[in-house]
Amino acid sequence: MIEKPVLIRDDGLRHDGRRPDELRPIKMQVGILKNADGSAYVEYGKTKVVAAVYGPREVHPRHLALPDRALIRCRYHMAPFSTSDRKSPAPSRREIELSKVIREALEAVIFSELFPRTSIDIFIEVLQADGGTRTTGLTAASLALADAGIPMRDLIAGVAVGKVDGVLVLDIDELEDEYGEADMPIGYAASIDEIMLLQLNGVLTLEEFRRAIELAKEGARKIYDQMKKTLHDKYLKIIEK
Amino acid sequence: MSSQLKILVADRQIVRPGDILAVVEQKIQRPSYNPEKHVYIYEDKIISTVLGLASVNDNDISVIPLEGRYFPRVGDTIIGLVVGVGITNWLLDIRAPYKAVLNAGEVIENFSPITTNLRDYIDVGDYIVAKIAVFDRTRDLLLTVKGKGLGKITEGIVIEIEPSRVPRVIGKKGSMLNLLTSKTGCNILVAQNGVVWVRCKDERSSEVVVRAIRLIESRAHMRGLTEHVRMFLDKELA
Repeated sequence: MIEKPVLIRDDGLRHDGRRPDELRPIKMQVGILKNADGSAYVEYGKTKVVAAVYGPREVHPRHLALPDRALIRCRYHMAPFSTSDRKSPAPSRREIELSKVIREALEAVIFSELFPRTSIDIFIEVLQADGGTRTTGLTAASLALADAGIPMRDLIAGVAVGKVDGVLVLDIDELEDEYGEADMPIGYAASIDEIMLLQLNGVLTLEEFRRAIELAKEGARKIYDQMKKTLHDKYLKIIEK
Repeated sequence: MSSQLKILVADRQIVRPGDILAVVEQKIQRPSYNPEKHVYIYEDKIISTVLGLASVNDNDISVIPLEGRYFPRVGDTIIGLVVGVGITNWLLDIRAPYKAVLNAGEVIENFSPITTNLRDYIDVGDYIVAKIAVFDRTRDLLLTVKGKGLGKITEGIVIEIEPSRVPRVIGKKGSMLNLLTSKTGCNILVAQNGVVWVRCKDERSSEVVVRAIRLIESRAHMRGLTEHVRMFLDKELA
């Protein structure tokens, strides 16, 4: 048994030197893939994710098509080299579940009724995993959908709040997830103030839960602003050229 | 919309999904949501649904998308690529999420499937200029080639552009297209699905037209684009 590392240091900072309410350094890029209709690359610290969106396009196989709206399909997948021990490339139970929750979060914002009998396919590929891959993936997928020009009610920013050594911390990484008491990822649409994804693994008191939601919303708003800026800058760059 | 709006964005400003464009100040009646404007109404706010440029007109607001595939509408002129030949119809790829059908009766008078082979008229790989005749979202769409300037393409070159750039290549009231045709003397058809058909007298001018269209495509959101293209054409044709 490996000994539990110090997660909250004596000076109140976390094991990587962040304040409890501080995000990891975040990087975003859109339009990185030529063959996809929309694409995005997002980094939350050491977590690196690529998302690609195709559609609306014809549904294959045909019998899956829905008569009144677009079929939204989502695949969350971790590359075999994304973790320290090789991950089998076959979809695991966990990946199937995450594909489902991310799809349901995005279904709530996409105007799928505008494209009957078509499909919108979302591919999320985790290149490097260091905690928070589903939230990073959700952010990336949302950016890729915007880049593909698919009408949406709002962008979704994903961020996780955790409880480690009794302290609520924002954007937990792998180590804090492994040794912490709780992990709560959320997907937040900031303009319309709606939570599109909420999961909780571990135990929080009602009071802690309320504070965790507030903390997550605050963090998500910062990510949301950066997403907007990334989309804006893509076109600004071309103008300056 | 019969309500007073407080508009929060400038005309031609870049907006993203979720951006609040305007606030409804006086609600006379519930404003309606029109998907073709790429906005929606949430509580008392008008919010953009796509990445695009805001278009402010008096007391109305809409967004011109910068990305996105072609979505068909009845009456659109399109250029389709024939991908299949059936007994009584052709199947066309029009770069939409749906297959398009062109019935043989549209092309051949007194058509009888026993005596005619459709491949003698139009074969796989041909480009067809057509209009969308029927599209009711529940079945594949029907095309028609009855009308002026419609039919099989037999000369010139066909290039594909981003469908979201079509309004810019045409320009306000056709200004950009007029500029291209008058400067080069070429015949240019910009189809709604982002396929452009260029017919020129010589290869030199058709090459310049293609490069000018690529320029418009890459700088679609630039201000004063028409002037920029005019300069480009003057330089290239001199």
